Amino acid sequence: MSLSLKNPEFLIERNYDRCINCQVCERQCANDSHYYDEEMDKMLSKDENCVNCQRCVTLCPANALSIRQYPLEYRKNSNWTGEMINNIYKQAESGGVLLTGMGNPTPKKIYWDHILLNASQVTNPSIDPLREPMELKTFLGRKPGKLEFDENGNPFPLPPQLELDTPIMFSAMSFGSISINACRSLARAATASGIMYNTGEGGLHQDLYQYKENTIVQVASGRFGVHQEYLEAGAAIEIKIGQGAKPGIGGHLPGEKVGDEVSRTRMIPLGTDALSPAPHHDIYSIEDLRQLIYALKEATDYTKPVSVKISAVHNVAAIATGIATAGADIISIDGYRGGTGAAPTLIRDNVGIPIELALAAVDERLRREGLRDQVSLVIGGTIRNSADIVKAIALGADTVYIASAALIAMGCHMCQKCYTGKCNWGIATQQPDLVKRLNPEIGEERLKNLIRGWSLEIKEMLGGMGINAIESLRGNRLMLRGIDLNERELAVLGIKHAGE
Amino acid sequence: MNVINSKGIYYRELNKEIRKLVARGTREITLENVNGQRYIGDGIKEPVKITIHGTPGNDMAAFASGVEMTVYGNVQDGAANTMGDGKLIVHGDAGDILGYAMRGGQVYIKGSVGYRVGIHMKGYQEKQPVIIIGGTAGDFFGEYMAGGRLILLGLNREKESIVGNHLGVGMHGGIIYIRDEVEEYKVGLEVNISEADEEDRKEIEKLLSGYCEEFGLDLEQVMDAKFSKLIPVSSRPYGNLYAY
Repeated sequence: MSLSLKNPEFLIERNYDRCINCQVCERQCANDSHYYDEEMDKMLSKDENCVNCQRCVTLCPANALSIRQYPLEYRKNSNWTGEMINNIYKQAESGGVLLTGMGNPTPKKIYWDHILLNASQVTNPSIDPLREPMELKTFLGRKPGKLEFDENGNPFPLPPQLELDTPIMFSAMSFGSISINACRSLARAATASGIMYNTGEGGLHQDLYQYKENTIVQVASGRFGVHQEYLEAGAAIEIKIGQGAKPGIGGHLPGEKVGDEVSRTRMIPLGTDALSPAPHHDIYSIEDLRQLIYALKEATDYTKPVSVKISAVHNVAAIATGIATAGADIISIDGYRGGTGAAPTLIRDNVGIPIELALAAVDERLRREGLRDQVSLVIGGTIRNSADIVKAIALGADTVYIASAALIAMGCHMCQKCYTGKCNWGIATQQPDLVKRLNPEIGEERLKNLIRGWSLEIKEMLGGMGINAIESLRGNRLMLRGIDLNERELAVLGIKHAGE
Repeated sequence: MNVINSKGIYYRELNKEIRKLVARGTREITLENVNGQRYIGDGIKEPVKITIHGTPGNDMAAFASGVEMTVYGNVQDGAANTMGDGKLIVHGDAGDILGYAMRGGQVYIKGSVGYRVGIHMKGYQEKQPVIIIGGTAGDFFGEYMAGGRLILLGLNREKESIVGNHLGVGMHGGIIYIRDEVEEYKVGLEVNISEADEEDRKEIEKLLSGYCEEFGLDLEQVMDAKFSKLIPVSSRPYGNLYAY
């Protein structure tokens, strides 16, 4: 191979007045960005290997390190940005598809930031959540249009429901894409917080069966780790059709991440790529989807809600209607900013639509069709804080999925290199030496704290609006106003402009 | 022995009845006059023998893991979908996507099968699912196969081709044996074709013995032919697809 034209993305700066040559940075970096030169008796860096995960910066006992964008700047050009030039060098050298991790980082409009919440003043008193009860409990599943009773006057049982203490769930992340310790952290935190986590499509590791009451098990096209015991273990079952980061394409878990445990859980040979193509080859229509939904219901004797997860795409409202009529109990929609362990960069950044608009359109359509009670709506991609959650619920969501935020709580620094399997924070890796860096007890604690903090904030915002139950906020778009939005955008969102 | 006359019974009632019998400890059930009822035997873990007369509907034995089902008739699409263990014996033909992501157990089809049969089959160490088909198979046979064994015999056919196009595309594990020659143009780039050697033939013979016994075939006669063996070229067919 000829000389690589790629320039380093990041510059490692070492303050030699502080560096004590302890080599912690070298041991902590799975990308070999640091090394000790004996002749010079000093630590040196290989900038080109650095992914800016900040592991060395955080762990350096002498505070000697900092990392920043590489200062090399191409001639100013709004069309050909440095990133695009580097990407072309990368592809000219490899002939491959550009790959990336995590959610869409491009500076496209984030509608959450153009929506403002209401608060009570004078005419309608606000409620103080510190002193008064505030209900966040959320039930997911089909709600009957009316109650029916048997001849003795006893009501027929309700369709199965998921009960959540707060309207937040951890979104699908598979064992394989993330480490067993990351899975453990999520499962334990979900259990302790009275919410759900989602296995993703990688099956369920034996150690995680104990958390089954707080587990949503996923069934995707590759059917990895799907068997009767797995289906029975789930509090709910989710059929994965699409994912916001890569609508319309499947997943490839690279062989580097398929070690012993992943191989056993997924039932594929060691070191092979785990291939999950985009289509389920038994689903080519809404009728086929219905068939899988009911096969799963039959296999679990109608005891669990079945969810169908799709990515937000252009005709999402019509698709959601189809899913509702196909018999799904929950529809989960993932916006185009949603994260991933690996996706082709150009697909992540260019395919799909914003979740805010998709949610508003779906909720509106389901209401118009009289189907809204028959399904619960879960949205994700991306929820960044509790205000996003409150806005999502006011737009019509029953609850939200979070994944990137959960990873960040566990220590992720958003370097977007999950697909390399060399996550220095022990999250998106299967290398035993890296996996053990994430202590599941600490991971659990941090996730629990995040859920607690967000739940308190949601209560504060509800109280401010004079609402004392999350149920009263659901689909209550009068609590929302837009700013810097045009009439089309306001119409799709179904909200008024600020000042109206 | 319990016999259910399935005529005119909605699938949900029928399957509820079956589950009720299984929960009560019944281990042999016969269904008469089955006509298109879906999801029969789905998710059953107990070692129950279910004999079916008629034509069961889509997705029979899906997610099942221990049930032994014998069908005197044809089965429709999606039989043995993600089946974990157990047995499915069909004295007739089967439709599309038979044995999708099957993880264990055996499927014996006396006649022919449709498209996308044995796709995404899994296998781990000694647990290897097996599908044996007496007749022919359609396109995308063994697509994305990751484990297990697919055996296609092509018995009793005249001029038709034993298998369709796009055979084994995306295959990255397991073995396909075909009792004929396979044209290069039919297989995916990910597949290597060779003639089954002595070792392979021993394996085939072992796998076929139960099948031949079930359908009253002469094992020696079935073995008296060349078998093609298809295996993945690489366990990472798309390993160099990406620019890192």
